[in-house]
Amino acid sequence: MVKKTKSLNLNFGPQHPAAHGVLRLILELDGEVVEKADPHIGLLHRGTEKLIEQKTYTQALPYFDRLDYVAPMNQEHAFALAAEKLLNVEVPIRAKYIRVIFCEIGRILSHILNVTTQALDVGALTPSLWGFEERETLMTFYERASGSRLHANYFRTGGVHQDIPIKLVEDIEKFCRSFPKIIDDLEGLLTDNRIFKQRNVEIGIVSKQEALDHSFSGVMLRGSGVPWDLRRSQPYEIYKDLDFKIPIGKNGDCYDRYLCRIEEMRESVKIILQCIERLPKGPVKSIDGKISPPNRDDLKQSMEALIHHFKLFTEGYRVPKGDVYTAVEAPKGEFGVYLISDGSNKPYRCKIRAPGFSHLQAMDYLIRGHMLADVPAVLGSLDIVFGEVDR
Amino acid sequence: MIENLKNIEKIINSELASKVQHSLIANEELTVEIDAKDLIDIVQFLKSNDKCKFRQLIDIAGVDYPDKEKRFQLVYLFLSHENNTRIKISIKFQLNQSINSLTKIFPSSNWMEREVFDMYGIKFKNHPDLRRILTDYGFKGHPLRKDFPLTGFNEVRYSEKEKKVVYEPVKLEQNYRNFDFESPWEGTNYIKEIKNLEKDGKKN
Repeated sequence: MVKKTKSLNLNFGPQHPAAHGVLRLILELDGEVVEKADPHIGLLHRGTEKLIEQKTYTQALPYFDRLDYVAPMNQEHAFALAAEKLLNVEVPIRAKYIRVIFCEIGRILSHILNVTTQALDVGALTPSLWGFEERETLMTFYERASGSRLHANYFRTGGVHQDIPIKLVEDIEKFCRSFPKIIDDLEGLLTDNRIFKQRNVEIGIVSKQEALDHSFSGVMLRGSGVPWDLRRSQPYEIYKDLDFKIPIGKNGDCYDRYLCRIEEMRESVKIILQCIERLPKGPVKSIDGKISPPNRDDLKQSMEALIHHFKLFTEGYRVPKGDVYTAVEAPKGEFGVYLISDGSNKPYRCKIRAPGFSHLQAMDYLIRGHMLADVPAVLGSLDIVFGEVDR
Repeated sequence: MIENLKNIEKIINSELASKVQHSLIANEELTVEIDAKDLIDIVQFLKSNDKCKFRQLIDIAGVDYPDKEKRFQLVYLFLSHENNTRIKISIKFQLNQSINSLTKIFPSSNWMEREVFDMYGIKFKNHPDLRRILTDYGFKGHPLRKDFPLTGFNEVRYSEKEKKVVYEPVKLEQNYRNFDFESPWEGTNYIKEIKNLEKDGKKN
């Protein structure tokens, strides 16, 4: 006689601490083995793309901070690059250096959060306490440059909003000297930790081919052994002059992805140090008055500056007709902006390509046949932030 | 980079001559316009051809042009790691036309097509699971169409009386202000520009 079993449907989330936000995951379980996972997303959908169509290019930029709120400036970067490509503006060299410094700070911000919360999901509390202290320091750097800890609105078309003070550069350098020690400490807690390894090694394995088919990018792709990093292969800003390595995984499991992230943080520190060493002097935004706003000082003296200021903050600038796709290597993977301009002061269409969207899509395939307890481990290593998945 | 793109443009134009409607390199990016019915063949070719090797589907972007006869456009973005190039495949079609799904070739197109369906109401043939993805359960309308208002139709709130979330028609204290930025002041046109404009006018 065959015993009949009924599979159990389990709602994981939308309110679950290990769901990293508002994810509703409907799991079909056979005992403790997951047979099927159906992620329901969109609980944080804010209609970013629709809103951007109604705003001028200057007004559209802050929406990008709110996508992946863990590393805001990397998102702004993609949009700024897209608008610059259509407008054909030259970004001053100092602005490029500042952008790279803050992009790498963003990468460290995101990776600290991911590594430590992944550890939290599998039962280690200490790393998150140590890591968040460093994040706080990094966010004060954001604040000192842009005025706010999270929603920076700092990378504008044609450069960055304001120059950074010398004291800030010194403090960032000081941080970079001390931070590798913190990474060592985190590694001491996790890398050889028996429990951490048991929970992560050979869990959620992705082969090279599958990583390509599922549109993976960033660490998810590199963890599976594909040497692909946009900073190296399609360099933007000044990345081609910088010396850094691209860590690649071997087995494509959660543990390899964790190791990749740790190594990337070390590389980011190196990149920041190189940038600080070479940081040139000069303007930080394009000198084209039709695109970047004038200085405060000029406003008091020059009629033309006043007119430009008024026009830029009411009507905004017009962008020539055309469409471009620009992508940056955001901490989570390839973050792209597909921008269509109809020649007016508002984007006609702005499609945002979020890396997390494709990664979460593969959840069903990754988790099938794993135990229920592996769900948070795999989810943690996907590095999902719902701001960008739901847009 | 540009050389690479030109080579690929050449290959595509020679191998798929009858199917390519138009190809163009602008802003250092290659766009190929094709007919909606050839989509599967061409994507298959791009993926499997030894010289193209576009092994990754990056994204699918829908665009709405309400004034045009072929109202919708879909832009497929592909990436080839081997050649380090990108390509955009664009199809244009009418309101009620349904498009072949790419899920057989690229599993990742599943959610991307669901998103396009959700946002534009474009139907995909042979899609395994064409449900809404980003909008609310039971949502009506397709938000990214140009004729969908920014404010939407319904708003939600928690009703203390009924002890549940209720849906109500949107009520705004102040109408949404959509400023017209097309300035009547065109600024000074120099005689040269005016002459150029006249010339272009005659051509058209």
